[in-house]
Amino acid sequence: MRTNDVILQTTTKVVFFIIFLFAIHIFFAGHYTPGGGFVGGLLTTGALVLLLLAFDLKTVQKALPFNFVIVIGIGLLLALGTAAGSIFFNVPFFTHAFDDFTLPLFGETALHTAMLFDAGVYLVVVGSAMTIIQSIGGDA
Amino acid sequence: MINLLLFPIIIPFLFAIVLLFFKERIMLQRGLAVVGLLAALAASLFLVHTVKQDGVQTITLGSWPAPFGITMVSDMFSALLVTTTIVITLLVVIYSFTSIGEAREHYFYYSAILFMITGVNGAFTTGDIFNMFVFFEVLLIASYVLIVLGGEKRQLRESIKYILINVVSSALFVITVAYLYSVVGTLNMADISVKITQVGQPGIITVIAVLMLIVFGIKGSIFPLYFWLPGSYAAPPIPVLALFGALLTKVGVYAIMRTYTLFFVHHTDFTHGLLMILAILTIIAGCIGALAYFDLKQIVIYNIVIAVGVILFGAAQMNESGLSGAVFYLIHDMLIKGALFFLIGIIIYVTGTSDLRKMGGLMKTHASLGWFYLIAAFGLAGIPPLSGFIGKLLIVEGAFQADHIWGSIIILASSLVVLLSVIRIFIYAFWGEPQALPATASQPYKKMMVPTVLLIVLSVLYGIGTEWLVPYMTDASNVLLQPSIYIDAVLKE
Repeated sequence: MRTNDVILQTTTKVVFFIIFLFAIHIFFAGHYTPGGGFVGGLLTTGALVLLLLAFDLKTVQKALPFNFVIVIGIGLLLALGTAAGSIFFNVPFFTHAFDDFTLPLFGETALHTAMLFDAGVYLVVVGSAMTIIQSIGGDA
Repeated sequence: MINLLLFPIIIPFLFAIVLLFFKERIMLQRGLAVVGLLAALAASLFLVHTVKQDGVQTITLGSWPAPFGITMVSDMFSALLVTTTIVITLLVVIYSFTSIGEAREHYFYYSAILFMITGVNGAFTTGDIFNMFVFFEVLLIASYVLIVLGGEKRQLRESIKYILINVVSSALFVITVAYLYSVVGTLNMADISVKITQVGQPGIITVIAVLMLIVFGIKGSIFPLYFWLPGSYAAPPIPVLALFGALLTKVGVYAIMRTYTLFFVHHTDFTHGLLMILAILTIIAGCIGALAYFDLKQIVIYNIVIAVGVILFGAAQMNESGLSGAVFYLIHDMLIKGALFFLIGIIIYVTGTSDLRKMGGLMKTHASLGWFYLIAAFGLAGIPPLSGFIGKLLIVEGAFQADHIWGSIIILASSLVVLLSVIRIFIYAFWGEPQALPATASQPYKKMMVPTVLLIVLSVLYGIGTEWLVPYMTDASNVLLQPSIYIDAVLKE
């Protein structure tokens, strides 16, 4: 039986980007307000799952040809690397550094190494959630 | 180098991550796993040296002040356990090269081992009770991977039980920690100890003590919570079994020893009395199991249960001999259980069965295997000068000092049962009429013997070198005896 999912597919193409941008927003909001890498990663996975529902596993894998296990690896390396950076300054593990910078376009911006750690968390969440969904969905 | 005590945790973690990138390249995976563990071993040996020189090492993550941030504490007890863990893991990895099979190696086998070691070492090192829960989860999740990897029918069935039991006990762990937090208002283990002393351990704290005994008792397999262990541990292949048997239950034992020497020290009549009774029942239950089976794996698995009982019996005495005996016996047991699992793995490989009644006469074809097995068996039973002797001697001495005569008699009797159970393997497998052996290549046999012999030699040295090890053991048991050493190290300034 052919299902008619034109509406779902068309909306998804738009909504995917809205969710994804919102995920990025939540991710950056995370430092002082609710949000962060974990929830940002979950939102991104939500967007990807919507793509999977509207299209199918093969199409999405073609559009996003990542090996998500490698994404987990990169995320973990990023998180561990940020935390371990403190070893080179001989301060306790996980000590972060931050300062205010004046950047072009952004103006006065607070930059914090915790953001790098959070980016690692983001990648780990996306990677592991997608690995789980792809391996469960792939069996059907 | 104030981060030194974290290196035995971070290095395996780093290598576990790096291995994720090389799924298909088995030789590279093996090489990196060994390199990573050697680096971690060097770091942990240096850590033992530093702790010996400068006393307890502590660090509070993220430069937060001590009771608020997560503190990591390395005293001699935990440093020795971390070192033993890494040694055993290194040998398990080498043993796996020939025995685990390429199919498993392709699916992140070495990665999972290293992640598990990250969790085990973290649980040994952490000074924060909630962080200990987190490290328990790390090691459990990695152990789920290891127990199910391969996907045989039996593995799938047993891993469901294993995961269910551990999910329940982890939930109970969080509830217990929340309970404790609502009473004392802190998660830092040194601070908890101070706060409990201030309020003088009211009844509610004793309830929490019993809850903790249940939580860690499930992981450490004490009576009557060991029911899941014989089934689940028999499912995965031998190298994984060796790793689980040597390390995982010991994390539970460590957690009981740590909490029962640091937190709940004011009403020892009840808490430690209960611990002692359970320890004795654990020994008896283990003895029955060890004699009841004709299956090699089951016999040695029930010996894990006996050893857990013996160690906790020593810890329950709360005097110097009992505690240093427990520390001695704990490390001895990690080494000797690893060696025994390696040996029965080789016996199973050679004979193609794990049923004792189908074996016989191996002495004629594999004499060296027989002799090394005999050494390991005597070491396990505690025949001097092998490694089990001194630990048991001290534990029994401690029990006599504390007037627990019956308990010590049961410990001594259990040694005979242990000896009988492992000598039965020797009699059935090595004596008697030679049975037809399946054709096996001799190359893997020789390669598996290398880490096995290394581990047995190490355990023999541990027994013979007792005199040389005593200063280290005294340091380890002193911290357990005098919580103030631990507390001062964490909450100084």
